[in-house]
Amino acid sequence: MKSEITWKIGGQQGEGIDSTGEILATTLMQQGFQIASYKHFASRIKGGHTYYHIRASHTPIHYQGDTTDILVALDKESYEHNIGAMSSGGFVLMENKKEEKVEEADGCTVIHASFTKMAEELGNKIIRNMIALGSTIYLMGLHYDIFKPLVERKFLRKGQSLVDLNVNALKKGYEYVQNLGLTPYKLETPQPKQQALLTGNEAFAFGAVASGCRFLSAYPITPASEIMEYMKKNLPKVGGVAVQAEDELAGLLMAVGAGYAGVRSMTSTSGPGFSLKTEAIGLAGVSETPVVIVNSQRGGPGTGLPTKYEQGDLNTMIYAGHGDIPRIVLAPSTVEECMYMASTAFNLAEKYQCPVIVALDLVLSLNKQTCPDYQADRFEPIDRGKLLTEEQLAELDEFRFKRYRLTEDGISPRAIPGQKGGVHTANSNEHSETGHITEEPEIRTAMMNKRLGKLQPFKMKGYEFIGQDEHPVETLFIGFGSTRGVLEEVVNELNAQGEDTALAQIKVLYPFQAEGLKELIDGARRVIVVENNWSGQLSGMLQKELQVGSKLQTVKKYSGDPFTKTEILEQIAQKMKEVV
Amino acid sequence: MAVTLKDYRGDVSTWCPGCGHFGVMSGIQKACLNLGLEPHEVAVISGIGCSGKVSEYMRSYGFHTLHGRSLPVAQAVKLANSGLKVIASGGDGDGYGIGAGHFTHAARRNVDMTYVVMDNRVYGLTKGQTSPTSMQGYVSNTSPEGSGEREVKPLELALGAGASFVAQGFSGDIKGLIDLIAEAMKHPGFALVNVFSPCVTYNKINTYDFYRENIVDINDLEDYDPSDKAAAYAKIIEHDGLLKGIVYKQERPAYHTYLKDYPETPIAFNDIEPDSQVLDELWSAFK
Repeated sequence: MKSEITWKIGGQQGEGIDSTGEILATTLMQQGFQIASYKHFASRIKGGHTYYHIRASHTPIHYQGDTTDILVALDKESYEHNIGAMSSGGFVLMENKKEEKVEEADGCTVIHASFTKMAEELGNKIIRNMIALGSTIYLMGLHYDIFKPLVERKFLRKGQSLVDLNVNALKKGYEYVQNLGLTPYKLETPQPKQQALLTGNEAFAFGAVASGCRFLSAYPITPASEIMEYMKKNLPKVGGVAVQAEDELAGLLMAVGAGYAGVRSMTSTSGPGFSLKTEAIGLAGVSETPVVIVNSQRGGPGTGLPTKYEQGDLNTMIYAGHGDIPRIVLAPSTVEECMYMASTAFNLAEKYQCPVIVALDLVLSLNKQTCPDYQADRFEPIDRGKLLTEEQLAELDEFRFKRYRLTEDGISPRAIPGQKGGVHTANSNEHSETGHITEEPEIRTAMMNKRLGKLQPFKMKGYEFIGQDEHPVETLFIGFGSTRGVLEEVVNELNAQGEDTALAQIKVLYPFQAEGLKELIDGARRVIVVENNWSGQLSGMLQKELQVGSKLQTVKKYSGDPFTKTEILEQIAQKMKEVV
Repeated sequence: MAVTLKDYRGDVSTWCPGCGHFGVMSGIQKACLNLGLEPHEVAVISGIGCSGKVSEYMRSYGFHTLHGRSLPVAQAVKLANSGLKVIASGGDGDGYGIGAGHFTHAARRNVDMTYVVMDNRVYGLTKGQTSPTSMQGYVSNTSPEGSGEREVKPLELALGAGASFVAQGFSGDIKGLIDLIAEAMKHPGFALVNVFSPCVTYNKINTYDFYRENIVDINDLEDYDPSDKAAAYAKIIEHDGLLKGIVYKQERPAYHTYLKDYPETPIAFNDIEPDSQVLDELWSAFK
């Protein structure tokens, strides 16, 4: 029996590749499998090769896998593009209108069949991919009945006949392959689980709603648009508002406006938009306005690779803007973390009254993973920091409320416009305690010390130790964002081979949190930073903060695609042999 | 105690003596008073430049933002905190130059707010450069041969962009200005009040006298109907934009009325504790 399987469907954009992948992934999730998926697509609406890859497992996974057990190739290009990554002995379901046959080729069993013709026989071409799913499920060793709950949920409101059509299609595909007399995989069904399947974008957006975010403004951009779309649909259900701004800059400016006005607010973007928002990050910083900025990284610079993956925005997230800007930069690494980290982000923004940037990346943003059902108590309780009530403001009795009061911890009490005793001007110019323009050197110095000093006490566990029992290991891997998925497996594999390795997954990029990490680095013989950018931005940050020296080595990839496990193992093989 | 002008007084002004902006600020303050508003019920969101300092010099809630960026901030302040009367303010460079993109979209979006532009047709704070509304041929350090660019026509721009309320005032006529700003604030949508606000230091062309001699009061035009957009265009063109009064006014639902379930009470003061029933329902979409 098999406890894990990988599957891929490839075709042209516009052929329903995504929805087909989602039907299978959701169904397997409902069966209790844990899922990691990966979508490959191009920056065009129709045409161009695309694929959807699913890995389903009995155990928790965050990586879609290197190889494919079952490939549905809707065209020749999909076959050629993906055959190289097939598992030995795998199955290919090849769309072939000219000839039906089964052959052994490229180490796989290739089933030539025409799903298009079968669909036409059922009287509707649109049903083609469901037939392929029927064949798929036979080859996995499962029954097509498992699709029924989802098929009914999706199609019943459009009529029973559509449900029947889909079930017949699944059955047709299933029986077609059954009749070929092949030996399918025997995939064992796991215990059912209380879980869901969602993307990092969806998880963050849901988490934001749960964390009291009631305003989003953004501009459409790949791979972050889904966050705005989710908020447009769902913020009204909790009394919130989402606005599609006229440009990226306005996307953040509006969120800053809402933050000033007293509402938990956010924007979502990707690198090109983040660059444009830079001006408003400074505004939020100097005016001490809470706001959350999600930056889902893609290949840069300029327009770069709109639909491809990179982790090249680390430096800009930490440094973007003229002058010194107080900010916090967080980096979740799984879909589940995207959800819960939202509550951290909104609390930190209000506690420290500064922009909080959440670094996602295309892989994390767009690909679905299973996630245990949300637990309300795993969100941080909403903490609005030093927000004053009308009563507290009345007690202060200030004609001009000192919005930028110099306090011991550098954080000033805040009032919401509309509150009677809190009248003040927030300011992007340097300002006095009451928020009025000043160029007095003494006040300027005091305000700089206040704004930038307020983050000095900021302390958070900056990383997660992934490995066996936290201890200094011989080889320490370090990464941030979605590389976690593949690095988890690299570490597991190496440890199974008798190596002593672990992953320190960085969760707080700024202000840098050295505690614990420094000990791990000091105790390691070699430190291997794995990151997807050209210059080694994470490595540079670690060298700057911790002076790791020559034992730090960097494994980089900037082709637009994420690392496979094999690539990392190959790249580090030599490094692992070197005695440092 | 009744609110008086004193309550609306902010920091000491640094505008040049005779600056048109004094009149504009006075117009805003008195319009607020006339509408019975208290300073905590008003938010003045300003851009950068001499004009941007209005949020410093008058006392109300305020946000002195960035050059050209007052409008996005102001629209969000209104949507997030709907009990406030929101006034964005800035200059011609701010609104029709670096912030022109935001202006056109704010006009069509029609959030319930007022935009007061202090149009002195020159960059004052940076010492006299040519601005988007400087007249063609205007001579300055940045156009020593005379500006070759046709000036932006704010009223035409606003109409073209779809503003539902377009008015123009003059700093030399504060009484008229108070009424215009009050009308704009009462208008349930995006209301532009472009104010000719002479820069006594740098602009020697568009002076108080220039406007006194050339400006035409729209109320003096026979049978002028401010709901007739074509007539508005015609009169603007006929008088080369030198009009004062309400040029155009259209009853059009404000942006928030198109938002699904937009709360009746200000979002900023509503409870944000999560409702598990709603969250469960949202979560079920991922199951």
